Amino acid sequence: MASYNTSEFKKGLKVQLDGDPYLMIECNFVKPGKGQALYKCKLRNLLRGTVIDRTYKSGDSIEAADIEEVTAQFLYRQGDTFVFMDNNTYEQYELSAQQVDEAWKYLKEAMVCSMLLFNGQPISVSPPNHVVLRVEYTEPGVRGNTATNVTKPCRVETGAEILCPAFVEIGDLIRVDTRTGEYIERVKE
Amino acid sequence: MSDASTRGPFGPSASWDVLRKRAALLHAVREFFENRGFLEVETPALSADTVVDRHLDPFCVEVEPADALGSARRYWLQTSPEFCMKRLLAAGATAIYQICHAFRRQERGPLHNPEFTLVEWYRAGDSMQQGMQLLDDLCQALLARGPAEQLSYSQVFRQYVGVDPLAADDAALCQAARRWAIAVPSSLAPDDRDGWLDLLLAERVQPHLGRGRPVIVYDYPPSQAALARVRPGPPPVAERFELYVDGIELANGYHELLSAEELRDRIRRNNLWRQRDGKEPLPEESRLLWAMEAGLPPCTGCALGFDRLVMVATGAATLDQVLAFPFERA
Repeated sequence: MASYNTSEFKKGLKVQLDGDPYLMIECNFVKPGKGQALYKCKLRNLLRGTVIDRTYKSGDSIEAADIEEVTAQFLYRQGDTFVFMDNNTYEQYELSAQQVDEAWKYLKEAMVCSMLLFNGQPISVSPPNHVVLRVEYTEPGVRGNTATNVTKPCRVETGAEILCPAFVEIGDLIRVDTRTGEYIERVKE
Repeated sequence: MSDASTRGPFGPSASWDVLRKRAALLHAVREFFENRGFLEVETPALSADTVVDRHLDPFCVEVEPADALGSARRYWLQTSPEFCMKRLLAAGATAIYQICHAFRRQERGPLHNPEFTLVEWYRAGDSMQQGMQLLDDLCQALLARGPAEQLSYSQVFRQYVGVDPLAADDAALCQAARRWAIAVPSSLAPDDRDGWLDLLLAERVQPHLGRGRPVIVYDYPPSQAALARVRPGPPPVAERFELYVDGIELANGYHELLSAEELRDRIRRNNLWRQRDGKEPLPEESRLLWAMEAGLPPCTGCALGFDRLVMVATGAATLDQVLAFPFERA
């Protein structure tokens, strides 16, 4: 199994601890005087999202995590199961609602997403940064109000609720930033 | 001059303001030592001899000519100018200083760059107390933060960790780390006493030192004597001292070890630790040992990390902000 030595430690490294995949989100080198060099790391569990502190001595190593990023198309949702297909291998993957997390809000049929595989099994999925969604329901806005600073909730085709400006109407298409969940603009058909 | 750091991929990482302050501090260092009758010296950065320390890894350079078997001779980039400067003392120097680059492998972080600038000085006849006073005077001249507070290693450990580092057994040190909820490297062996002391120092002590007033820590555990002499005690302590400002270690000094025999012994022990740590042992013979056998005068020496001094003087958050070209741009 491949592993990383402390001299290779850096932000963004994907490692495996106690069987779980982790992302190194911080790595600080400290060395007192003529003493032992220490690498103080923060690691985020890629399955649970929890962050742990670990300290390593120079010369220590951590097992590399077998993490692969693939592009996968969203096929359909069945209850709490989301089904995707790897665009290159045509292999199908099922993700739980917990694994899909916030991404469910943006998933439309045939949407191409980026999926992380750990030991060949899917662990998370990210939709494109910008997606276009149809508004299914929203309270009517005040006529002529084109200000974007007055917002109201709207329900989009995926069932998610997004905050949009008052002028957005039922049937409109809106562009949303999936990283922040924020409305960007109205889109013409 | 425009702001240096905006010059794209070829430009420096420090601003011109900082680089000008750096130049002024270099000048102030020279003035300080000239005024006290110190002789500025230069010694080789590339040497056939190297310091043998458990935690210092020198860069090795293969040089011509090859030996009879055809393998190139190995030289070392200095981790400090200590060996050569002590050879000058053994040859009659009384007060010398040097501003030079030193090199240490695998030391990279906000406070570390594999190549860095050291100011190092020695004065024959100085006790540890006199060496600490000289360091304090230099610190006041360069940083104007007032006189340093002098605290023993034992005092700072008792204050911030709650254990006596000279008396506590190994188990008590492990317990202290647990009590402070410190993330302990799983590879740290229970009997690696200095490893535990270093961990506690880095996590619990250093960050507090030199906030407000500079602090000089002195009287280290004998196991951390490096090249300092050990005062018999009881308890025995190494006559070593370190300067801290704003939680940053700036300087390290020794009332110097004079016995070649004792140094040989420490070098052997360091090489045993290096092997245990999976590191290459380093050559044990050196011209420093010959100089010590001929007679090194009693003296105190000290080395100051000049880049860190510039950091503290300018309020910079990282070494990169005070270096023209840090390692990745070198």
